[in-house]
Amino acid sequence: MNDMSEGLGANLSAADQALIDQFLIENQLFYAPDDEIMRDHRIAPRSTAEDEVLSRSDLDSNKIALVRDRLGSALQESFNMVEQMGVAPGARWGDLVSAIFTERGDLSQVGPYGIVPFASVCQYPVKFIRKYWMNDKSVGVREGDGFIHNDSRYGNIHNTDQSMLMPLFYKGELVCWLGSTIHEGENGAIEPGGMPSIAESKFDEGLKMCPFKVVERYELKRDLVNFLQNSVRDPKLQLADMKVKLHAVIRLQERVLAIIEEFGKEYLIATLRKTLEDTAAEVRRRIAELPDGTCRINTFIDGDLREHVLCKYPLKVTIKGDKMIWDLRGASPELTNRSINSALASQKSCMLSNLVLYVWPDLPSNQAVLDPVEILTHRNTLIDSSVDAPNAMSLIPIFRSLSVPNIVLAKFAYCLPKRYTAIVASHYNQPATFVYGGMTQHLEVTGNFCADINGNGGGARENSDGEHSLSPVFGYLADTGEYEIGEEELPYVRVVAQQFAKDRCGWGKYRGGMGYEQIMTVRGSDNFGFMTGQCGGKHNSALGLFGGYACPAYPLGKIKNINIFDTLKNDPEKVKFSMVDLMNEQAIPGATYVMQDAGMNFEQCHEGEVYMICQGAGGGYGDVLDRDPALVVKDVQDGLVSLEFAERIYKTILDPRTLAVDADATSRARAAEKAARKSRGVPYDKFVAKWVTKEPPADLPYFGSWDNDEELIASPPGGTRVRIKASECKGVMISNPKDRKIATLQAEIADLKKRLR
Amino acid sequence: MKVQITEYLGIDLDDEMWFCRSCSNKLISARDNYKRALLVYDRDPREIHPALIDASKYEYTFAPDPAYTALLEFYCPHCGTLMETEYTIPGHPPVHDIELDIDSLREKAGKWGQTYDMPRDIPVHPPKHTHPPHEHGHGRGHDDGHKH
Repeated sequence: MNDMSEGLGANLSAADQALIDQFLIENQLFYAPDDEIMRDHRIAPRSTAEDEVLSRSDLDSNKIALVRDRLGSALQESFNMVEQMGVAPGARWGDLVSAIFTERGDLSQVGPYGIVPFASVCQYPVKFIRKYWMNDKSVGVREGDGFIHNDSRYGNIHNTDQSMLMPLFYKGELVCWLGSTIHEGENGAIEPGGMPSIAESKFDEGLKMCPFKVVERYELKRDLVNFLQNSVRDPKLQLADMKVKLHAVIRLQERVLAIIEEFGKEYLIATLRKTLEDTAAEVRRRIAELPDGTCRINTFIDGDLREHVLCKYPLKVTIKGDKMIWDLRGASPELTNRSINSALASQKSCMLSNLVLYVWPDLPSNQAVLDPVEILTHRNTLIDSSVDAPNAMSLIPIFRSLSVPNIVLAKFAYCLPKRYTAIVASHYNQPATFVYGGMTQHLEVTGNFCADINGNGGGARENSDGEHSLSPVFGYLADTGEYEIGEEELPYVRVVAQQFAKDRCGWGKYRGGMGYEQIMTVRGSDNFGFMTGQCGGKHNSALGLFGGYACPAYPLGKIKNINIFDTLKNDPEKVKFSMVDLMNEQAIPGATYVMQDAGMNFEQCHEGEVYMICQGAGGGYGDVLDRDPALVVKDVQDGLVSLEFAERIYKTILDPRTLAVDADATSRARAAEKAARKSRGVPYDKFVAKWVTKEPPADLPYFGSWDNDEELIASPPGGTRVRIKASECKGVMISNPKDRKIATLQAEIADLKKRLR
Repeated sequence: MKVQITEYLGIDLDDEMWFCRSCSNKLISARDNYKRALLVYDRDPREIHPALIDASKYEYTFAPDPAYTALLEFYCPHCGTLMETEYTIPGHPPVHDIELDIDSLREKAGKWGQTYDMPRDIPVHPPKHTHPPHEHGHGRGHDDGHKH
């Protein structure tokens, strides 16, 4: 074959070869996600136009600064338009972004608010459109076109987010790209609300939009919109937000065209490119400030939203000069029929966001922030999964990329004489919220999620406690919304809303910010239900720093077979407005009380049944014995810490009546604890020799490397543990937990029958 | 010259030794894994994150599962300060978390001058802006580019 091919090739004229190349280009079977695009997070080389304008000796930096400010205002305006007009709950709470990209598709600028990872993944679809549709006669890219996409395999966080991407032409020439992205929610997946945890293949994930043209001459193509509406549970949402995003982008275009008219096209091109180049240069300078070396962490995800597994997420950061490498090799193999895998590009966008949220928050938010960072992974792993693996709940591993890099970089940066922000422990890193779906009290079918994901606790800082219920791990300035508005539209009712509960901190010299508890029920619909998508019920997820402890392990509680409204009416003293009291006292007659992992698959909630979750706390900072007793008192006064835990954790002795600190008793208690530590602690080498094992405990469903990052262990529940050469990892299938349960029950029945005989 | 590496760990570049910032005692060579000089305790994670829900009634209680979670506490052998925590899997090799290039650190610390235990100017809620710090044309340089 080789000889024949070479022979054919050798005999072809240049014209014939060109003809064949053109034929192949025009007759490609399928435009799959393109590795050349999807695996390259760096900014593109300068275009000729960029090079020309940036080489000009008379380029006025003041004008560039003005253009950048004007773009910022325009992006903020389009953000506000979407936030004010958007129908998706996510749009109303700030889970959106407006962005501008260079002609080559690099993300150059977002508005002062907005969710950066939403935008930084959009460079990939823009590059796809440029590569495949621009010169395709059946598609093309023209003024007034708009492209939609949601499939993360082509560049997205997860496919519940939808974008509107528009090329901007000036006098017939493509100058840049504009984008608007919203967490839309409902997308026709196997579970309502857009984040199906039970997805076993990508075909369970609902809409799977690779970038395609849905707008021509600034008008939505109604036939295509109708197709999309027909594919989701909430056709009103689908239409309305496509309109909102289109008109926000059209407004953004008007503003950018005005900038071009005032300053010239060259200044727009120069500004977009210079923003990127200057940012990358500044990041390299900041990397070079840090000492050379390697810092490492291992973290573990304790579930896949179907069953408990332990999936390793490691991070090794190496710095040499102005180069920084993030090495995630050793991560869990891809779980090929579970929903918690993620595309590498999604991971990278969240790594970028970690830098601009928790390490260098003064940097501009654009794609170049990650440009100087090299990322190493093994393919077909949880954090770099194949295109075939479902990734609808990629939030589970990507939230690690949003919460872990800063606590590794802290070990390089604490020595610096200069701070860009405080050294900070992990923000809470689980998507703690109710996802809902069903028929509303207005007889409309819907599916979406609640804003509580935006109310997670911040990590403790080197100089202060973490902020309570601050923001989602992926953004800032996002809100938790007005629940009363939601209750008017939807049949859920929050019996308890946003209530802090005691003793759920990441303890430390400075404690992590708390999350809040909520109790949810349904009223006015007999066809409505919830799911949740949290891990961390068995293994703590948001980690502390420099001796600080992690957040607790968060479960979900529910009370079935009751109607809380009837109980409130007839027996109100039996209803306590606290998850702990309700579950421990079990006071409501006839109720079924369940505490479970907070990765609950969708289930119906009958009117008055009760579901309870808690937003998580951020990690703690420093030794608990270094906590100022006055801060402990304040926590007790604020109802965040009980007297019992003040003494047990902080060794702070308070008068139970006045809360006055007994300074002598506290000193004695703390000294005693330090002595106890020295007594019970074992020298490291001796400890390691006795404690470390050659592999995980036999009954643990462990995935990932153990003591060698080139070899991965896979222990599927109900299956056999295998070792996989990491570079040849192909992913792992896991049996259906219901099948395993059935098999167990069948075995029990068979055993009982045998005994009866 | 001393350099602070974490809240509780420092490196004395004069003798290239890790030391405890709480009690100033020397620990181990700065080119070695500092954990080797510390005491380790395999803490039942439920002691720190206890069940808030009645564990006799329920499996999930806000407490981690010790089969899934090991909590290693690393203490200074001299003063008992809790220098690090590590949440890991029972039997998993503890992570060698800090491995700095001491020669690089010496070179950089030499340029910084005396910074050990000096107060850091920590920005609070730095306002987000869109100016890259390299933009010199409007009169701001590296040093003040982020202080708006």
